[in-house]
Amino acid sequence: MSNVTTPPMNPNSSPPRKINSHRPTYSRFTQQELPACKPILTPTYVISAFMIVTVVFVPIGLASLFASRHVVEIVNRYDDYCAPYGSRSDKVRFIQSDADKTCNTTITVPKHMKQPIYVYYQLDNFYQNHRRYVKSRSDQQLRNKNYENDTSTCKPEDSVNGTVPIVPCGLVAWSMFNDTFSFSTNNNVKLPITKKGISWKSDRDHKYGKDVFPKNFQNGSLIGGAHLNESIPLSAQEDLIVWMRTAALPTFRKLYGKIEVDLKAGDTINVIMQNNYNTYSFNGKKKLVLSTASWLGGKNNFIGVAYLVIGGLCFVLAMTFTAIYLVKPRRLGDPTYLTWNRSPAGH
Amino acid sequence: MARGGIREKLRRSSLYTLANIRTKPSYRKEEAASEELSGYPRVIFVNQQTVSDDTPPPIFCTNYVSTTKYTLFNFLPIALFEQFNRVANFYFLVAAGLTFTDYAPFDWPSQVVPLALVVGFSLAKELYEDLQRHWQDMTANCQKATVHVGNGVFESKQWRDVCVGDIVKVKKDEFFPADLLLLQSSYEDGMSYVETMNLDGETNLKVKRALQNMSLPVVADDDKAVHFSDFRPTIRCENPNSNLYTFTGNLEYNGHIHPLDPAQLLLRDSKLRNTEYIYGVVVFTGNDTKVMQNTTQSPSKRSKIELQMDKIIYLLFGLLIFISIVSASGFGYVVRNLVPLWWYLMPEVPGEDFDINNFFVSGLRHLVTALMLYGYLVPISLYVSIEAVKILQARFINNDLHLYDEVTGVPANARTSNLNEQLGQVDTILSDKTGTLTCNQMDFLKCSIAGCPYGKRPSEVELAAAKQLKALDTHDEEASIGSLSDTTSLEAITITDDGNANKSQAIKGFSFQDDRLQNAKWLKEPNADVILLFFRILAVCHTAIPEISEKTGELTYEAESPDEGAFLVAAREFGFHFIKRTQNSVVVRERLSMDQEPVEKEYNILTLLDFTSKRKRMSVIIRDESGQILMFCKGADTIIFDRLADTGKQYLEATTKNLNDYGEAGLRTLALAYKKLEENEYSDWYEKFHKAQIASGSNREELLEELSDVMERGLTLVGATAVEDKLQKGVPECIDRLALAGLKIWVLTGDKMETAINIGFSCSLLRQGMTQICIVVSAEMLAEAAKHVIKENILSQITTAIQTIEDKKETRAAFALIIDGKTLTYALEDDMKFQFLNLAVNCASVICCRVSPKQKALVVRLVKEGTGRTTLGIGDGANDVGMIKEADIGIGISGVEGMQAVMASDFSIAQFRFLERLLIVHGHWCYKRISKMICYFFYKNITLALTLFYFEAETGFSGQMHYDDWYMLLYNVFLTSCPVLALGVLEKDICAEFCLQFPALYQQGPKNLFFDWYRIIGWLANGVYASFVIYIVNLRIFSPESFRKEGQTADMYVIGTAMFTSIIWVVNVQIFLVSHYLTQVQLHTIWGSIVVWYLIVYIYGMTPVDWSAGNIYHQLPEVLGPAYKFYLSTIFVTILCNMPYLIHISYQRCYNPEDHHVLQEMKNMKKDVTDTKMWKREQVKATQDTEIGLSARVDAKMRLMKGRTTRKYSSLAYSSS
Repeated sequence: MSNVTTPPMNPNSSPPRKINSHRPTYSRFTQQELPACKPILTPTYVISAFMIVTVVFVPIGLASLFASRHVVEIVNRYDDYCAPYGSRSDKVRFIQSDADKTCNTTITVPKHMKQPIYVYYQLDNFYQNHRRYVKSRSDQQLRNKNYENDTSTCKPEDSVNGTVPIVPCGLVAWSMFNDTFSFSTNNNVKLPITKKGISWKSDRDHKYGKDVFPKNFQNGSLIGGAHLNESIPLSAQEDLIVWMRTAALPTFRKLYGKIEVDLKAGDTINVIMQNNYNTYSFNGKKKLVLSTASWLGGKNNFIGVAYLVIGGLCFVLAMTFTAIYLVKPRRLGDPTYLTWNRSPAGH
Repeated sequence: MARGGIREKLRRSSLYTLANIRTKPSYRKEEAASEELSGYPRVIFVNQQTVSDDTPPPIFCTNYVSTTKYTLFNFLPIALFEQFNRVANFYFLVAAGLTFTDYAPFDWPSQVVPLALVVGFSLAKELYEDLQRHWQDMTANCQKATVHVGNGVFESKQWRDVCVGDIVKVKKDEFFPADLLLLQSSYEDGMSYVETMNLDGETNLKVKRALQNMSLPVVADDDKAVHFSDFRPTIRCENPNSNLYTFTGNLEYNGHIHPLDPAQLLLRDSKLRNTEYIYGVVVFTGNDTKVMQNTTQSPSKRSKIELQMDKIIYLLFGLLIFISIVSASGFGYVVRNLVPLWWYLMPEVPGEDFDINNFFVSGLRHLVTALMLYGYLVPISLYVSIEAVKILQARFINNDLHLYDEVTGVPANARTSNLNEQLGQVDTILSDKTGTLTCNQMDFLKCSIAGCPYGKRPSEVELAAAKQLKALDTHDEEASIGSLSDTTSLEAITITDDGNANKSQAIKGFSFQDDRLQNAKWLKEPNADVILLFFRILAVCHTAIPEISEKTGELTYEAESPDEGAFLVAAREFGFHFIKRTQNSVVVRERLSMDQEPVEKEYNILTLLDFTSKRKRMSVIIRDESGQILMFCKGADTIIFDRLADTGKQYLEATTKNLNDYGEAGLRTLALAYKKLEENEYSDWYEKFHKAQIASGSNREELLEELSDVMERGLTLVGATAVEDKLQKGVPECIDRLALAGLKIWVLTGDKMETAINIGFSCSLLRQGMTQICIVVSAEMLAEAAKHVIKENILSQITTAIQTIEDKKETRAAFALIIDGKTLTYALEDDMKFQFLNLAVNCASVICCRVSPKQKALVVRLVKEGTGRTTLGIGDGANDVGMIKEADIGIGISGVEGMQAVMASDFSIAQFRFLERLLIVHGHWCYKRISKMICYFFYKNITLALTLFYFEAETGFSGQMHYDDWYMLLYNVFLTSCPVLALGVLEKDICAEFCLQFPALYQQGPKNLFFDWYRIIGWLANGVYASFVIYIVNLRIFSPESFRKEGQTADMYVIGTAMFTSIIWVVNVQIFLVSHYLTQVQLHTIWGSIVVWYLIVYIYGMTPVDWSAGNIYHQLPEVLGPAYKFYLSTIFVTILCNMPYLIHISYQRCYNPEDHHVLQEMKNMKKDVTDTKMWKREQVKATQDTEIGLSARVDAKMRLMKGRTTRKYSSLAYSSS
């Protein structure tokens, strides 16, 4: 309707030059004649595709499984037995009291463990991924001491009495894990635990300031978890840096340290633990994990099994398609499969 | 129309009050007074614009015309309002607003930026389109007009400054700036010629006549120049209205009142032709002009796929609400029962997110958060992407060289791009006949004078019939000789005709060949005097204008209808050259014999009674040189026959017989008659007629009609003409292909039944052996019987016909339904229309004759609503506009009949035959592209959104995401948009040639095989499956143990990035599998998207911590890059997620292939070249069962011969009497 007011073009009166100007120009693109590869899923392609998957997946699966097999992992749940008998009925009161929380146990090494042996703590039912928890931190403050007062995102653990900012602020830092572990062999030889290098280098170098020191930390009315040494800069507090990387699932492991000596099979290791961290309130388990790592990391059979299963499934599929193809082959481009030949409509 | 309403209000409220507060009452009073006086509401004081009087003239609207949708000020509010009227967009707007609150699970950019991009794109498109309209308006508004500014001085003014009452001078080939009342033209008698192509699409010139008997004040020294400074008449006329062909009013000047009629009204946007200049008074300006009153918005049409898509969006909204409620209840539960135990959250301090003392409110607040979080289920960019894809698809249609008409130089034009895929789903085509199937080029072929038939050349229909029978004859020599005997004569004609066919085709519009009449030999015929009269009627009784070519001196004619043009050409060839028309006379140079010099004869035209579609006749009353008053009349045969005097029926019987023959030959016929009038007889009648002419009021038209009717009686029949309406190039073949593709074709024509049937035969819509069901009511019954009797009669006809079809179902008999306009009026009434439709859909072809434009639209609506199928209306003329607007898809033929149909259409093509490619190739492709694209779109968004849901469930339903906000932002607008756009634009399942060679493939569209709920649900399920696999597998691979050799464990964002990488791979590999046709463009977009994803993670991770959130700082090079698990998870998830689809398509292709699969294989194996026999055979088989088209004809004949039974063709003709 927009054209009503424009002078019309009379197709009869316009000169032929004008007519040609309407002619669409030829190009392979405008005429939709671009060259294209048209892959056709012939039975051969299908069977070979499945076979290729099998051929690739089965070795990967085997290698993964092999790697996983070679990883030695010791898991020791200690939250239950570390609560003294007398307080088993009210573990929460126990953990909140000033009582001695030291706890001993021995671990037997089932297989030879090559160094480095990684020491993890594993928490269950701990929602480090809760939105309120994840948000409650200030990356600015952790990085730069000029942003010390930048605690607006840290609620409800931002400041002491609403005035003095806490460094590091926020629920994440406040609730830091504070159980400790020390290991010795049955000969009472101490096994040293290295805490250096358990965090990501970029975190130490860029995300946590070398001149940012803890301030007013755990000074409030509620004490959450660990205390921090106020004389050590945050960039050197690797336990904190590891803790601050919030986990994806309520069950998670975090690196505690590394034992840099080999452990032989059958060795027993004495563990002295300080069972400080309260998981009793929410029925969370605490586990101590000692594990070596392969090229794929820790012990994980899933990846190998998954690859093997899918590799095997693809083999079955390849065989099935082959079988069907052999039993009832369809000639490619066989016109009898066209709909008008399959259900002749009265021709 | 709504726009008009708004403007009306504005004009009333602001302009009146601001400009004219004081004068308003006086104007009102005066208007009221004059209304009482004359009956006309509009009073115009001519030529008083510049006079500073005490009473300023009434304010009419200015001549500024705006067709834009928006103004500078209301663009943003209105355009934004329209954007957010879409449910999805409104939802995203609310969500974006909420991102600034604490409810938001993410930062504001991740919602606002995509929305801004999406809405911004749409706004830019609207703005661009509206600016285009604005520029068009501006060029129109700024055109120069010559306006009288007082004291006889004319000045050049812009169109928009022209006011009502101004006197304007318009020169040759200029457009009229407003609706003008013609005062004087360069011709002494005040005639002028006007081309109205922009208004009604008619290319012929129209004659306009200035008021006669009105003496204009003349400048003393030059009797032609009018002294306008003293010319101040008053015009009273009707209010602005949209009817182009009516205008009543009168002009008061010097105490005389002159009646006004449409002949004096020059309409805006028509053009002055063949006249040096005219003077006119502006009567209507701007939006009051007839042309502006006629602009109606084309209804916005939406394709069925889009409507279905809306349903999917509602489904997804349902899913969104469902999982949000699940999430909110989960949250409430966790807050009430678990969170109080989670000391590390400091649950005793109520925050913005929850309050353990009020878990219900917390749950409700979380519902808002969840509704935002899962918003990714609804693809925000879907509408924009579809719009972009459709625009590109439309460009392909516009640029297709196969749709370009070399003769006229007109390419196809997709005027609206939002119906592309609908082209692939058409079920019924409703076509106009004239100009669409036929060329609308008339050739004078035969005539019957004094009952004697002349003209030996056979018509195309006769030729086609002869050819067909000849072909069948060679097919089967044993065919009974009897059935072929009557064709031998036709064949003879064919053969003899071939030789001189080219020679005589030289004269356009004249294919007549008969030695008895040509070269003045008619003088020797027995009824020479009648023949003379016949030729005179041809030469005099018309409204055409002669044009003499300056170069060759040849006479050509600008006629109102092509028939008329053909008559004049015929008259010229017979020696009656119509050479000049003046206000009151027609000059004809008559050559009465070969040896005599031609004589110029002037016929004084006393009265001209125009042709209208209602009257179906036109007459002129003339006085010849001897003073004898004659009335010449030509019109539809039935009308003329009804008006013959008893003495004038001498040739009636013979002429009727000839007319029947002509009808059978597919020719258009008109009857010619005359009547002698006595002087006083005429003057008595004229007195009454003139009185009626100057009368005012609504009944003037009726009165005039009545008087014309009185005059046009007692005629004497002279003869009849037969002109041929030529079929357009390729029409029968195209109809055949469309029929083979399973499309139903209905013809809706204004022509009479015989002509329609014949055209039906010539374009294979009808064939012998078809049972023709004619639903007709006789004229007597229509005239006499009561309405319910007629309806009962029609109903009984319909039920009998349905019964007949039922009975003959077994015998594969084909039926054709033919119904005429009058009967249709009753059949379309509510209580009967479904029976009618039921009958119609059971017939192979349907032809509706003598239907009005409105009935065309009603039939389309009936088919559309009654069958629920997709209808396509195709036509070329102004009378098809209703049908084109009503149909699901309107197609305009950009032919000779002007622009009206094209302007109303959704697509325009130059020729009917292009319809085949438009539907079968472009329609098919667009349908598949869009359906694939939409399915994939939903799939990819479900895949993403559900991983968010699973993760949220693991975080105590707290609304935490494991992806960085930027991932979410980029996903829809950047990371996954290009491949799907490429798919939507370039995907092809089979090439164009195959589409055309195997028309049955088209049925995939109308049957909606590729966008049915089965397929949609399949895709949604695929998305659910993929999201599940992506989530579970990544979590199981990355947690809880360390994920690399250095012993570190994965945090939330590491798992998030790994998972998102899997999503990017999965959806891109999926689209790779979906595509059949992978050009470089698709390959680049697919692999490009994946590469870009890694680049983004890398670059984003490398930006200094101060700038970015730091969640993924150095993640790719330091954390994920060296971890083998990262790659193993991506590979595994990509394969596992796509496996079901791969198995599905492999199985389907290997053991249950679809047609296009087999054809692709054939193409790949080059079977089309190597096994041509099979290839041809399959092409023949790849057709829908059809009873119409050339193939059906042959098919039926073959069946007949196989049966070898001399079956009698039964022809059931139901008649009411």
